[in-house]
Amino acid sequence: MAEPMGFYTDTTVCIGCKACEVACKEWNQLPSTNGGLNTLRGNSYDNTRQLDGIHWRHVKFIEQFTEDRKDGRWLLMSDVCKHCVHAACLEVCPTNAIVRTEFDTVVIQSDACNGCRDCISACPFGVIEINPASGTAQKCTLCYDRLQGGLEPACSKACPTQSIQFGTINDLKGRAQKRVEQLHQAGEKRAYLYGADEKMLGGLNSFYLLVDKPEVYGLPPDPKMQTRNLQAGSWFSALGAVLVGLMAIINFRNRGADENAREERP
Amino acid sequence: MNAVPSSTYFSAPPDWGWLITLYFFFGGLAGGCYFLAVLIDLFDRPEDRPLARLGYYISFPCIIISGLLLTLDLGRPLRFWHMLIESNTYRPMFKYWSPMSVGSWALLIFGIFVFLAFLEALVEDNRLAWAGARKFRPPGVLGSVIAVIGGLFGFYVAGYTGVLLAVTNRPIWSDTPLLGMLFIVSAASISAALMILLAHGSRRTTPGVAVMHRLDSWVVALEFIVLIAFLISLGSVFRAWLSAWGLLLLVVILLGMILPLALYWRKEWLGDRNLTTSAALVLLGGFLLRLVIVFSAQGI
Repeated sequence: MAEPMGFYTDTTVCIGCKACEVACKEWNQLPSTNGGLNTLRGNSYDNTRQLDGIHWRHVKFIEQFTEDRKDGRWLLMSDVCKHCVHAACLEVCPTNAIVRTEFDTVVIQSDACNGCRDCISACPFGVIEINPASGTAQKCTLCYDRLQGGLEPACSKACPTQSIQFGTINDLKGRAQKRVEQLHQAGEKRAYLYGADEKMLGGLNSFYLLVDKPEVYGLPPDPKMQTRNLQAGSWFSALGAVLVGLMAIINFRNRGADENAREERP
Repeated sequence: MNAVPSSTYFSAPPDWGWLITLYFFFGGLAGGCYFLAVLIDLFDRPEDRPLARLGYYISFPCIIISGLLLTLDLGRPLRFWHMLIESNTYRPMFKYWSPMSVGSWALLIFGIFVFLAFLEALVEDNRLAWAGARKFRPPGVLGSVIAVIGGLFGFYVAGYTGVLLAVTNRPIWSDTPLLGMLFIVSAASISAALMILLAHGSRRTTPGVAVMHRLDSWVVALEFIVLIAFLISLGSVFRAWLSAWGLLLLVVILLGMILPLALYWRKEWLGDRNLTTSAALVLLGGFLLRLVIVFSAQGI
């Protein structure tokens, strides 16, 4: 297996140009409309709104302004699949359409997916959606085809500010840590890395440098594996079955006792 | 107040809608009716055998409808077999930690048990001439073994759907481990209710129907307790019910649980129609319960 590869996204240098979105769409030949329906909407300068089956990259525009708009700041973030080391989508996929590649990235094989959508509800980041053109679940592949050809992903290649950086995870972590220290020294004490350590789903192979709480960026503060309820849920279900079974046995047996009592009565 | 939102709020809804709601309902009926029919069979009362046959007659179409609903809901329905056979390798596809994977196999295997019981019921009703089918149902040893194993699969089919919802990252669904338990208990209540209704409609009012009614009142009471425990277990996510869905859930509790229980205890209220009215309400409540749970978590 090749060394784990991924993205490090430094949100402090993103300028919201959306070159990454366009490069992703072009390389992956993603449609501009959702099944013929134009979904472009105005929300600040964001017009694609979210990650889904036809938007595998999405630049978020977060406005933090005072009511009189005299003071404030923009938070810009290019969002993408996190390629989690412990990937909920991969775990839950009932057709094995979702696989881990030799680059430690997570890829949906469109020809094996049957569109059951279990992965959509399992992903804690809301990354996956159905592509109406294929009827299958789709998301960022971290340009698996380009990686196999020795190229870097289209989005990071197109990023003009190095907000999106591609490389080996070890190298990226080193770069990211230096950048956090640099920002701290410059007075931006809020800077921290989201998903770089193993505590979050074993580590995110696409991690971020943020300067506000995760939920401000639309990221879960504490994402978890979907399997956390599997054992307890199964045991409680078994308990339900036992209770119903006991109730049924008691009622049908009592009926016999009632009838015997009636027969014995003079 | 805790300012950090539940991390489940950041996932995307899978757009499981009416087809899945109906599947949860029909799947619950298939599993529950089969289980109740098995129980009647195992207590071996000849006068109740028509009631048991009714259970098998309900299970069979319900399991067929379930399979069709699940297939139609897929983005690529013709690839339904990918659930059972890995499309790249043609090896069996099974993940014990994925409720949808296990559920697909359980549906298939349970379908075979239901089909065998359905055949036997047809033979016993003189609608099919195949004496060998008699072995598929109690009181014989083979029939009893089939019934017990099939009953366990029936329970699984009735309840795994709740566990499937819990094994996601959606709010409400994954904020509690009690959904599977709720669905199993509810499957038993709606199945008993439908059997009572159809027994009246088809004049199969054997002595077992009265027992079934009493059992249903017990199960509905248990369902009410489990539903309250489910709501409490949601913690801060309980606030998600402060919506139109919460109002509908209240309707489920009042119309589908409290009123049927009241009708059971106050038999004089509606006279002859008491039994069928309470059963119809339980059935309606069971459907609305699934509707509320499926849709509410996706509207957040």
